[in-house]
Amino acid sequence: MPKITFISHNGKENVVDAIEGQSLMSAAIDNGVPGIDADCGGECSCATCHVMVADGWFAKTGGPNVNEEAMLDLNPERTPTSRLSCQIKVTNALDGLVVNLPEFQF
Amino acid sequence: MAEAVKWESDDINTLDLQQIDPSRPDIFQTDRWQDVFARLRAEAPVHYCANGMEGPFWSLTRYEDIKYCDQHADLFSSDGTIVLADPEVDFPLPMFIAMDAPKHDQQRKVVSPVVAPMNLKALEGTIRQRVQTILDGLPVGKTFNWVDLVSIELTTQMLATLFDFPFEDRRKLTRWSDVATADEFSGVVESEEQRRAELYECLTYFNNLWQERAGKGSGNDLISMLANNETTRSMSPQEFLGNLVLLIVGGNDTTRNSITGGVLALNQYPGEYDKLRANPELIPNMVAEIIRWQTPLAYMRRTALTDTEVGGKLIRKGEKLAMWYISGNRDETVFEDAHALRIDRPNARQHLSFGFGIHRCMGNRLAEMQLRVLWEEIMRRFSFVEVVGAPTRVQSSFVKGYSDLPVVLHAL
Repeated sequence: MPKITFISHNGKENVVDAIEGQSLMSAAIDNGVPGIDADCGGECSCATCHVMVADGWFAKTGGPNVNEEAMLDLNPERTPTSRLSCQIKVTNALDGLVVNLPEFQF
Repeated sequence: MAEAVKWESDDINTLDLQQIDPSRPDIFQTDRWQDVFARLRAEAPVHYCANGMEGPFWSLTRYEDIKYCDQHADLFSSDGTIVLADPEVDFPLPMFIAMDAPKHDQQRKVVSPVVAPMNLKALEGTIRQRVQTILDGLPVGKTFNWVDLVSIELTTQMLATLFDFPFEDRRKLTRWSDVATADEFSGVVESEEQRRAELYECLTYFNNLWQERAGKGSGNDLISMLANNETTRSMSPQEFLGNLVLLIVGGNDTTRNSITGGVLALNQYPGEYDKLRANPELIPNMVAEIIRWQTPLAYMRRTALTDTEVGGKLIRKGEKLAMWYISGNRDETVFEDAHALRIDRPNARQHLSFGFGIHRCMGNRLAEMQLRVLWEEIMRRFSFVEVVGAPTRVQSSFVKGYSDLPVVLHAL
Protein backbone atom coordinates (compact mmCIF):
# COMPACT_ATOMS: atom_id res chain seq x y z
CA MET A 1 0.00 0.00 0.00
CA PRO A 2 1.58 3.29 -1.08
CA LYS A 3 2.10 5.70 1.80
CA ILE A 4 0.94 9.24 1.19
CA THR A 5 1.63 12.23 3.41
CA PHE A 6 -0.86 15.11 3.51
CA ILE A 7 0.49 18.24 5.22
CA SER A 8 -2.12 20.75 6.31
CA HIS A 9 -1.53 24.51 6.19
CA ASN A 10 -0.54 24.56 9.86
CA GLY A 11 2.13 21.92 9.30
CA LYS A 12 0.25 18.92 10.73
CA GLU A 13 1.10 15.72 8.87
CA ASN A 14 -1.36 12.94 8.11
CA VAL A 15 0.22 9.78 6.75
CA VAL A 16 -2.22 7.37 5.14
CA ASP A 17 -1.96 3.94 3.53
CA ALA A 18 -3.63 4.47 0.18
CA ILE A 19 -5.06 1.76 -2.02
CA GLU A 20 -3.56 1.34 -5.46
CA GLY A 21 -6.01 2.51 -8.12
CA GLN A 22 -8.02 4.85 -5.93
CA SER A 23 -7.74 8.61 -6.32
CA LEU A 24 -5.63 10.68 -3.99
CA MET A 25 -8.84 12.51 -3.02
CA SER A 26 -10.52 9.24 -1.99
CA ALA A 27 -7.45 8.23 -0.01
CA ALA A 28 -7.74 11.47 1.95
CA ILE A 29 -11.52 11.27 2.48
CA ASP A 30 -11.48 7.55 3.41
CA ASN A 31 -8.83 8.20 6.02
CA GLY A 32 -10.47 11.29 7.50
CA VAL A 33 -7.81 13.75 6.37
CA PRO A 34 -9.28 17.23 6.93
CA GLY A 35 -9.02 20.06 4.41
CA ILE A 36 -10.51 18.44 1.32
CA ASP A 37 -14.18 19.08 0.46
CA ALA A 38 -14.60 17.21 -2.86
CA ASP A 39 -18.10 18.64 -3.35
CA CYS A 40 -18.52 17.09 -6.81
CA GLY A 41 -17.54 13.64 -5.59
CA GLY A 42 -14.42 13.27 -7.70
CA GLU A 43 -15.44 14.40 -11.16
CA CYS A 44 -13.06 17.28 -11.71
CA SER A 45 -15.82 19.86 -11.63
CA CYS A 46 -15.67 21.75 -8.32
CA ALA A 47 -11.93 22.15 -7.65
CA THR A 48 -12.42 21.70 -3.88
CA CYS A 49 -9.85 18.89 -3.57
CA HIS A 50 -6.95 21.19 -4.43
CA VAL A 51 -3.49 20.07 -3.25
CA MET A 52 0.01 21.38 -3.86
CA VAL A 53 2.43 18.60 -4.68
CA ALA A 54 5.73 18.74 -2.76
CA ASP A 55 9.02 19.43 -4.51
CA GLY A 56 10.29 16.57 -6.62
CA TRP A 57 6.96 14.75 -6.85
CA PHE A 58 5.05 16.91 -9.33
CA ALA A 59 6.40 15.27 -12.50
CA LYS A 60 5.69 11.82 -11.07
CA THR A 61 2.00 12.69 -10.69
CA GLY A 62 1.84 13.29 -14.44
CA GLY A 63 0.63 16.90 -14.38
CA PRO A 64 -2.91 18.18 -14.86
CA ASN A 65 -5.14 16.88 -17.67
CA VAL A 66 -7.14 19.21 -19.94
CA ASN A 67 -10.31 19.39 -17.81
CA GLU A 68 -8.30 19.75 -14.65
CA GLU A 69 -6.24 22.53 -16.19
CA ALA A 70 -9.46 24.42 -16.98
CA MET A 71 -10.62 24.21 -13.36
CA LEU A 72 -7.21 24.96 -11.80
CA ASP A 73 -6.71 27.91 -14.09
CA LEU A 74 -9.66 29.71 -12.47
CA ASN A 75 -8.23 29.42 -8.95
CA PRO A 76 -6.36 32.60 -7.94
CA GLU A 77 -4.60 30.62 -5.20
CA ARG A 78 -3.08 28.15 -7.65
CA THR A 79 0.66 27.41 -7.37
CA PRO A 80 3.02 25.86 -9.97
CA THR A 81 2.55 22.39 -8.43
CA SER A 82 -1.21 22.60 -7.85
CA ARG A 83 -3.31 19.56 -8.71
CA LEU A 84 -6.85 18.40 -8.11
CA SER A 85 -6.40 15.31 -5.99
CA CYS A 86 -9.40 13.53 -7.54
CA GLN A 87 -7.41 13.43 -10.79
CA ILE A 88 -4.31 11.76 -9.31
CA LYS A 89 -4.48 7.97 -9.39
CA VAL A 90 -2.57 6.27 -6.60
CA THR A 91 0.08 3.85 -7.91
CA ASN A 92 3.04 2.12 -6.32
CA ALA A 93 5.26 4.65 -8.07
CA LEU A 94 3.71 7.30 -5.81
CA ASP A 95 4.70 5.49 -2.60
CA GLY A 96 6.09 8.23 -0.33
CA LEU A 97 4.26 11.08 -2.11
CA VAL A 98 3.94 14.28 -0.10
CA VAL A 99 1.27 16.90 -0.83
CA ASN A 100 0.43 20.17 0.92
CA LEU A 101 -3.14 21.27 1.57
CA PRO A 102 -4.30 24.87 1.16
CA GLU A 103 -5.75 26.67 4.18
CA PHE A 104 -9.10 26.88 2.39
CA GLN A 105 -10.63 25.15 -0.60
CA PHE A 106 -12.12 27.51 -3.21
CA MET B 1 -43.77 35.93 -25.20
CA ALA B 2 -46.81 33.65 -25.02
CA GLU B 3 -49.34 34.17 -22.30
CA ALA B 4 -49.39 31.55 -19.58
CA VAL B 5 -52.58 29.52 -19.29
CA LYS B 6 -53.49 28.83 -15.68
CA TRP B 7 -53.42 25.22 -14.60
CA GLU B 8 -56.00 24.10 -12.10
CA SER B 9 -54.40 23.40 -8.77
CA ASP B 10 -54.95 19.65 -8.81
CA ASP B 11 -54.34 18.68 -12.41
CA ILE B 12 -50.52 18.61 -12.43
CA ASN B 13 -50.65 14.84 -12.16
CA THR B 14 -53.05 14.30 -15.03
CA LEU B 15 -51.93 17.02 -17.41
CA ASP B 16 -50.40 15.80 -20.70
CA LEU B 17 -46.65 15.76 -20.25
CA GLN B 18 -46.27 17.77 -23.45
CA GLN B 19 -48.31 20.57 -21.98
CA ILE B 20 -46.12 21.03 -18.95
CA ASP B 21 -43.97 24.15 -19.05
CA PRO B 22 -41.87 24.11 -15.89
CA SER B 23 -40.56 27.60 -16.61
CA ARG B 24 -43.89 29.27 -15.79
CA PRO B 25 -43.23 31.83 -13.07
CA ASP B 26 -46.58 31.22 -11.35
CA ILE B 27 -45.68 27.69 -10.26
CA PHE B 28 -42.83 29.19 -8.25
CA GLN B 29 -44.80 32.04 -6.79
CA THR B 30 -47.54 29.65 -5.66
CA ASP B 31 -44.96 27.11 -4.44
CA ARG B 32 -46.25 24.30 -6.66
CA TRP B 33 -42.99 23.51 -8.38
CA GLN B 34 -42.41 20.40 -6.23
CA ASP B 35 -45.24 18.43 -7.88
CA VAL B 36 -44.28 19.57 -11.36
CA PHE B 37 -40.67 18.47 -11.04
CA ALA B 38 -41.47 15.28 -9.11
CA ARG B 39 -43.61 14.24 -12.08
CA LEU B 40 -40.98 15.17 -14.66
CA ARG B 41 -38.23 13.34 -12.76
CA ALA B 42 -40.41 10.21 -12.65
CA GLU B 43 -41.99 10.27 -16.10
CA ALA B 44 -39.92 12.49 -18.38
CA PRO B 45 -36.58 13.31 -16.79
CA VAL B 46 -35.31 14.86 -20.02
CA HIS B 47 -38.43 16.72 -21.08
CA TYR B 48 -39.19 18.67 -24.22
CA CYS B 49 -41.58 21.59 -24.06
CA ALA B 50 -42.56 22.74 -27.55
CA ASN B 51 -44.60 25.72 -26.44
CA GLY B 52 -42.56 27.27 -23.68
CA MET B 53 -43.14 30.87 -22.74
CA GLU B 54 -39.73 31.61 -24.22
CA GLY B 55 -39.99 29.15 -27.08
CA PRO B 56 -39.21 25.44 -27.22
CA PHE B 57 -36.72 24.09 -24.70
CA TRP B 58 -35.51 20.94 -22.97
CA SER B 59 -35.63 20.45 -19.22
CA LEU B 60 -33.09 18.34 -17.35
CA THR B 61 -34.56 17.39 -14.00
CA ARG B 62 -32.40 14.56 -12.60
CA TYR B 63 -29.22 15.19 -10.62
CA GLU B 64 -26.87 13.16 -12.82
CA ASP B 65 -28.06 14.58 -16.15
CA ILE B 66 -27.77 18.13 -14.80
CA LYS B 67 -24.28 17.51 -13.51
CA TYR B 68 -23.24 15.97 -16.83
CA CYS B 69 -24.48 18.97 -18.76
CA ASP B 70 -22.87 21.44 -16.38
CA GLN B 71 -19.54 19.61 -16.61
CA HIS B 72 -19.50 19.70 -20.40
CA ALA B 73 -19.05 23.33 -21.38
CA ASP B 74 -17.59 21.98 -24.63
CA LEU B 75 -20.98 20.48 -25.57
CA PHE B 76 -23.34 22.96 -23.93
CA SER B 77 -22.66 26.63 -24.42
CA SER B 78 -23.37 29.56 -22.10
CA ASP B 79 -22.64 32.05 -24.86
CA GLY B 80 -25.14 34.90 -24.98
CA THR B 81 -27.36 34.11 -22.02
CA ILE B 82 -27.95 31.75 -19.11
CA VAL B 83 -31.72 32.30 -18.90
CA LEU B 84 -34.38 30.86 -21.19
CA ALA B 85 -35.32 34.21 -22.73
CA ASP B 86 -32.99 34.89 -25.65
CA PRO B 87 -30.84 38.01 -25.36
CA GLU B 88 -32.35 41.26 -26.55
CA VAL B 89 -30.62 42.21 -29.79
CA ASP B 90 -30.95 45.93 -29.15
CA PHE B 91 -29.88 45.72 -25.50
CA PRO B 92 -27.20 43.06 -25.10
CA LEU B 93 -25.65 42.64 -21.65
CA PRO B 94 -22.42 40.70 -22.14
CA MET B 95 -21.23 39.18 -18.85
CA PHE B 96 -18.74 36.43 -18.22
CA ILE B 97 -21.28 33.96 -16.81
CA ALA B 98 -22.83 34.08 -20.30
CA MET B 99 -19.60 33.48 -22.20
CA ASP B 100 -17.61 30.41 -23.14
CA ALA B 101 -13.88 29.85 -22.79
CA PRO B 102 -11.49 31.54 -23.32
CA LYS B 103 -13.18 34.93 -22.77
CA HIS B 104 -15.13 33.65 -19.78
CA ASP B 105 -11.95 32.50 -18.10
CA GLN B 106 -10.09 35.74 -18.79
CA GLN B 107 -12.79 37.99 -17.36
CA ARG B 108 -13.62 35.77 -14.39
CA LYS B 109 -9.99 35.67 -13.35
CA VAL B 110 -9.91 39.46 -13.05
CA VAL B 111 -12.56 39.61 -10.34
CA SER B 112 -12.36 36.23 -8.61
CA PRO B 113 -9.50 37.14 -6.22
CA VAL B 114 -11.87 39.47 -4.34
CA VAL B 115 -13.94 36.47 -3.20
CA ALA B 116 -11.06 34.00 -2.86
CA PRO B 117 -10.63 32.48 0.62
CA MET B 118 -7.57 34.56 1.58
CA ASN B 119 -9.42 37.81 0.99
CA LEU B 120 -12.51 36.47 2.73
CA LYS B 121 -10.49 35.65 5.82
CA ALA B 122 -9.62 39.35 6.04
CA LEU B 123 -13.31 40.25 5.53
CA GLU B 124 -14.80 37.95 8.17
CA GLY B 125 -14.34 40.43 11.02
CA THR B 126 -16.15 43.16 9.07
CA ILE B 127 -18.97 40.80 8.18
CA ARG B 128 -19.39 39.69 11.79
CA GLN B 129 -19.48 43.27 13.01
CA ARG B 130 -22.15 44.20 10.47
CA VAL B 131 -24.20 41.13 11.31
CA GLN B 132 -24.03 42.03 14.99
CA THR B 133 -25.12 45.61 14.33
CA ILE B 134 -28.03 44.47 12.16
CA LEU B 135 -29.21 41.84 14.66
CA ASP B 136 -28.83 44.16 17.67
CA GLY B 137 -31.02 46.74 15.93
CA LEU B 138 -33.96 44.37 15.37
CA PRO B 139 -37.16 44.64 17.41
CA VAL B 140 -37.71 41.72 19.80
CA GLY B 141 -41.28 40.47 20.25
CA LYS B 142 -42.67 42.54 17.37
CA THR B 143 -43.57 41.38 13.87
CA PHE B 144 -41.30 42.60 11.06
CA ASN B 145 -40.25 41.61 7.54
CA TRP B 146 -37.08 39.50 7.82
CA VAL B 147 -36.36 39.92 4.09
CA ASP B 148 -36.11 43.68 4.35
CA LEU B 149 -34.38 44.17 7.69
CA VAL B 150 -31.96 41.24 7.55
CA SER B 151 -31.64 39.42 4.22
CA ILE B 152 -31.52 42.49 1.99
CA GLU B 153 -29.66 44.67 4.45
CA LEU B 154 -26.86 42.20 5.08
CA THR B 155 -26.25 41.19 1.46
CA THR B 156 -26.44 44.80 0.28
CA GLN B 157 -23.90 45.96 2.88
CA MET B 158 -21.59 43.15 1.80
CA LEU B 159 -21.91 44.09 -1.84
CA ALA B 160 -21.26 47.76 -1.06
CA THR B 161 -18.04 46.66 0.64
CA LEU B 162 -16.88 44.55 -2.30
CA PHE B 163 -17.52 47.43 -4.72
CA ASP B 164 -16.33 50.07 -2.23
CA PHE B 165 -19.67 51.65 -3.08
CA PRO B 166 -20.88 54.79 -1.25
CA PHE B 167 -22.47 53.23 1.82
CA GLU B 168 -25.40 55.64 2.15
CA ASP B 169 -26.47 54.84 -1.43
CA ARG B 170 -26.29 51.08 -0.95
CA ARG B 171 -30.01 50.40 -1.46
CA LYS B 172 -29.52 51.48 -5.05
CA LEU B 173 -27.67 48.17 -5.45
CA THR B 174 -30.71 46.28 -4.18
CA ARG B 175 -32.93 48.13 -6.62
CA TRP B 176 -30.62 47.53 -9.59
CA SER B 177 -30.41 43.85 -8.69
CA ASP B 178 -34.21 43.57 -8.72
CA VAL B 179 -34.49 45.60 -11.93
CA ALA B 180 -31.85 43.56 -13.74
CA THR B 181 -33.79 40.30 -13.35
CA ALA B 182 -37.24 41.89 -13.68
CA ASP B 183 -39.68 40.83 -16.37
CA GLU B 184 -43.31 41.57 -17.11
CA PHE B 185 -44.47 39.22 -14.35
CA SER B 186 -42.30 40.44 -11.52
CA GLY B 187 -44.06 43.75 -10.93
CA VAL B 188 -40.68 45.40 -10.29
CA VAL B 189 -40.87 47.74 -13.30
CA GLU B 190 -43.77 49.10 -15.37
CA SER B 191 -42.13 48.59 -18.75
CA GLU B 192 -39.02 47.47 -20.55
CA GLU B 193 -38.22 51.15 -21.22
CA GLN B 194 -38.23 51.84 -17.50
CA ARG B 195 -36.02 48.80 -16.91
CA ARG B 196 -33.44 49.99 -19.42
CA ALA B 197 -33.54 53.54 -18.08
CA GLU B 198 -32.81 52.33 -14.56
CA LEU B 199 -30.00 50.11 -15.77
CA TYR B 200 -28.46 53.10 -17.59
CA GLU B 201 -28.65 55.00 -14.33
CA CYS B 202 -26.72 52.12 -12.79
CA LEU B 203 -24.15 52.29 -15.58
CA THR B 204 -23.75 56.06 -15.19
CA TYR B 205 -23.28 55.77 -11.43
CA PHE B 206 -20.64 53.07 -11.81
CA ASN B 207 -18.96 54.89 -14.69
CA ASN B 208 -18.24 57.75 -12.30
CA LEU B 209 -16.68 55.34 -9.81
CA TRP B 210 -14.69 53.79 -12.67
CA GLN B 211 -13.36 57.19 -13.79
CA GLU B 212 -12.32 58.02 -10.23
CA ARG B 213 -10.47 54.76 -9.83
CA ALA B 214 -8.97 54.07 -13.29
CA GLY B 215 -5.22 54.49 -13.34
CA LYS B 216 -5.09 54.67 -9.54
CA GLY B 217 -2.98 51.58 -8.98
CA SER B 218 -4.18 48.69 -6.91
CA GLY B 219 -7.55 49.32 -5.27
CA ASN B 220 -8.85 46.11 -3.77
CA ASP B 221 -12.47 46.59 -4.79
CA LEU B 222 -14.21 45.10 -7.81
CA ILE B 223 -14.44 48.39 -9.72
CA SER B 224 -10.73 49.16 -9.33
CA MET B 225 -9.93 45.62 -10.41
CA LEU B 226 -12.00 45.91 -13.59
CA ALA B 227 -10.81 49.44 -14.36
CA ASN B 228 -7.13 48.66 -13.98
CA ASN B 229 -6.79 45.20 -15.44
CA GLU B 230 -5.43 44.83 -18.95
CA THR B 231 -8.14 42.31 -19.92
CA THR B 232 -11.10 44.36 -18.76
CA ARG B 233 -10.14 48.02 -18.80
CA SER B 234 -11.24 48.50 -22.40
CA MET B 235 -14.66 46.87 -21.97
CA SER B 236 -17.52 48.52 -23.83
CA PRO B 237 -20.16 50.28 -21.68
CA GLN B 238 -22.66 47.46 -22.31
CA GLU B 239 -20.10 44.88 -21.30
CA PHE B 240 -19.27 46.85 -18.16
CA LEU B 241 -22.97 47.05 -17.36
CA GLY B 242 -23.41 43.33 -18.06
CA ASN B 243 -20.64 42.35 -15.69
CA LEU B 244 -21.90 44.77 -13.03
CA VAL B 245 -25.33 43.19 -13.26
CA LEU B 246 -23.73 39.78 -12.90
CA LEU B 247 -21.82 40.77 -9.77
CA ILE B 248 -24.78 42.64 -8.26
CA VAL B 249 -27.30 39.87 -8.88
CA GLY B 250 -24.79 37.14 -8.04
CA GLY B 251 -23.92 38.75 -4.73
CA ASN B 252 -27.38 39.91 -3.82
CA ASP B 253 -30.42 37.92 -4.91
CA THR B 254 -28.84 34.59 -4.15
CA THR B 255 -27.59 34.88 -0.58
CA ARG B 256 -30.55 37.12 0.24
CA ASN B 257 -32.92 34.28 -0.49
CA SER B 258 -30.86 31.65 1.29
CA ILE B 259 -30.90 33.87 4.39
CA THR B 260 -34.69 33.99 4.22
CA GLY B 261 -35.07 30.37 3.14
CA GLY B 262 -33.08 29.15 6.14
CA VAL B 263 -35.46 30.81 8.59
CA LEU B 264 -38.47 29.45 6.73
CA ALA B 265 -37.06 25.91 6.52
CA LEU B 266 -36.15 25.76 10.22
CA ASN B 267 -39.72 26.80 11.04
CA GLN B 268 -41.17 24.17 8.73
CA TYR B 269 -38.93 21.52 10.30
CA PRO B 270 -38.91 22.42 14.01
CA GLY B 271 -37.05 19.22 14.90
CA GLU B 272 -34.11 20.58 12.90
CA TYR B 273 -34.27 23.88 14.81
CA ASP B 274 -34.03 21.81 18.03
CA LYS B 275 -30.99 20.01 16.62
CA LEU B 276 -29.38 23.38 15.89
CA ARG B 277 -30.09 24.69 19.40
CA ALA B 278 -28.59 21.54 20.90
CA ASN B 279 -25.59 21.56 18.61
CA PRO B 280 -24.56 24.86 16.98
CA GLU B 281 -21.46 23.11 15.59
CA LEU B 282 -23.80 21.85 12.90
CA ILE B 283 -23.94 25.38 11.42
CA PRO B 284 -21.39 24.85 8.60
CA ASN B 285 -23.20 21.74 7.36
CA MET B 286 -26.55 23.42 7.89
CA VAL B 287 -25.42 26.25 5.63
CA ALA B 288 -24.78 23.81 2.77
CA GLU B 289 -28.13 22.15 3.47
CA ILE B 290 -29.96 25.50 3.45
CA ILE B 291 -28.38 26.33 0.09
CA ARG B 292 -29.52 22.94 -1.22
CA TRP B 293 -33.02 23.31 0.19
CA GLN B 294 -33.49 26.86 -1.06
CA THR B 295 -31.67 26.60 -4.41
CA PRO B 296 -31.75 30.39 -4.88
CA LEU B 297 -31.30 30.13 -8.64
CA ALA B 298 -33.73 27.52 -9.90
CA TYR B 299 -31.97 26.78 -13.20
CA MET B 300 -29.25 27.73 -15.64
CA ARG B 301 -29.76 27.63 -19.37
CA ARG B 302 -27.37 26.16 -21.93
CA THR B 303 -27.48 25.87 -25.73
CA ALA B 304 -26.36 22.64 -27.40
CA LEU B 305 -23.24 23.17 -29.55
CA THR B 306 -23.64 19.83 -31.26
CA ASP B 307 -26.14 16.95 -31.41
CA THR B 308 -25.80 15.26 -28.02
CA GLU B 309 -27.65 12.51 -26.22
CA VAL B 310 -28.64 13.15 -22.61
CA GLY B 311 -30.62 10.61 -20.60
CA GLY B 312 -31.55 8.76 -23.79
CA LYS B 313 -32.89 11.84 -25.61
CA LEU B 314 -31.23 13.46 -28.58
CA ILE B 315 -30.73 17.17 -28.08
CA ARG B 316 -29.96 18.85 -31.36
CA LYS B 317 -27.42 21.51 -32.08
CA GLY B 318 -28.84 24.96 -31.34
CA GLU B 319 -31.63 23.77 -29.03
CA LYS B 320 -31.82 25.30 -25.60
CA LEU B 321 -32.06 23.50 -22.33
CA ALA B 322 -32.65 24.34 -18.69
CA MET B 323 -30.66 22.52 -16.03
CA TRP B 324 -33.19 22.60 -13.19
CA TYR B 325 -30.94 22.74 -10.13
CA ILE B 326 -34.06 23.01 -7.99
CA SER B 327 -35.20 19.61 -9.26
CA GLY B 328 -31.78 17.93 -9.07
CA ASN B 329 -31.57 19.07 -5.46
CA ARG B 330 -34.79 17.14 -4.78
CA ASP B 331 -33.64 13.98 -6.57
CA GLU B 332 -34.34 11.14 -4.13
CA THR B 333 -31.69 8.92 -5.72
CA VAL B 334 -29.06 11.35 -4.38
CA PHE B 335 -30.72 13.04 -1.39
CA GLU B 336 -32.80 10.85 0.90
CA ASP B 337 -36.07 12.52 1.97
CA ALA B 338 -34.94 15.27 -0.38
CA HIS B 339 -37.84 17.62 0.27
CA ALA B 340 -36.96 17.91 3.95
CA LEU B 341 -34.37 20.13 5.56
CA ARG B 342 -31.88 17.95 7.45
CA ILE B 343 -29.16 20.10 8.92
CA ASP B 344 -26.89 17.11 9.51
CA ARG B 345 -27.41 15.64 6.03
CA PRO B 346 -24.13 13.85 5.25
CA ASN B 347 -23.98 14.78 1.55
CA ALA B 348 -25.46 18.28 1.76
CA ARG B 349 -22.34 19.75 0.14
CA GLN B 350 -23.02 17.82 -3.05
CA HIS B 351 -25.96 20.08 -3.89
CA LEU B 352 -26.24 21.59 -7.36
CA SER B 353 -27.01 25.16 -6.29
CA PHE B 354 -23.51 26.43 -7.14
CA GLY B 355 -23.33 24.48 -10.37
CA PHE B 356 -20.37 22.33 -11.41
CA GLY B 357 -17.61 22.93 -13.93
CA ILE B 358 -16.00 26.15 -15.10
CA HIS B 359 -19.11 28.25 -14.36
CA ARG B 360 -19.35 27.08 -10.74
CA CYS B 361 -20.44 29.95 -8.52
CA MET B 362 -17.50 32.26 -7.93
CA GLY B 363 -18.88 33.71 -4.69
CA ASN B 364 -19.77 30.38 -3.08
CA ARG B 365 -17.34 30.79 -0.19
CA LEU B 366 -18.52 34.31 0.51
CA ALA B 367 -22.13 33.12 0.53
CA GLU B 368 -21.31 30.30 2.91
CA MET B 369 -19.38 32.61 5.20
CA GLN B 370 -22.19 35.18 5.38
CA LEU B 371 -24.72 32.49 6.25
CA ARG B 372 -22.42 30.85 8.79
CA VAL B 373 -21.61 34.09 10.60
CA LEU B 374 -25.27 35.13 10.53
CA TRP B 375 -26.44 31.88 12.14
CA GLU B 376 -23.63 31.94 14.71
CA GLU B 377 -24.71 35.41 15.79
CA ILE B 378 -28.45 34.58 15.68
CA MET B 379 -27.88 31.65 18.06
CA ARG B 380 -26.06 33.94 20.50
CA ARG B 381 -29.04 36.27 20.71
CA PHE B 382 -32.34 34.59 19.96
CA SER B 383 -33.95 31.35 21.07
CA PHE B 384 -36.33 31.40 18.13
CA VAL B 385 -36.78 33.36 14.90
CA GLU B 386 -40.46 32.55 14.60
CA VAL B 387 -42.24 32.77 11.25
CA VAL B 388 -45.69 34.23 11.99
CA GLY B 389 -47.23 34.46 8.53
CA ALA B 390 -47.01 33.09 5.02
CA PRO B 391 -44.01 34.16 2.94
CA THR B 392 -44.54 36.19 -0.22
CA ARG B 393 -42.66 34.49 -3.03
CA VAL B 394 -41.16 36.17 -6.06
CA GLN B 395 -42.90 35.46 -9.38
CA SER B 396 -39.90 34.16 -11.26
CA SER B 397 -38.74 30.78 -12.49
CA PHE B 398 -35.09 31.88 -12.29
CA VAL B 399 -34.65 33.66 -8.97
CA LYS B 400 -36.29 31.46 -6.37
CA GLY B 401 -36.90 34.04 -3.72
CA TYR B 402 -39.04 35.94 -1.27
CA SER B 403 -40.10 39.54 -0.88
CA ASP B 404 -41.69 39.17 2.55
CA LEU B 405 -41.35 36.85 5.52
CA PRO B 406 -43.05 38.06 8.71
CA VAL B 407 -41.19 36.96 11.83
CA VAL B 408 -41.10 37.59 15.56
CA LEU B 409 -37.85 37.30 17.49
CA HIS B 410 -37.67 35.61 20.89
CA ALA B 411 -34.74 36.58 23.07
CA LEU B 412 -32.56 33.88 24.67
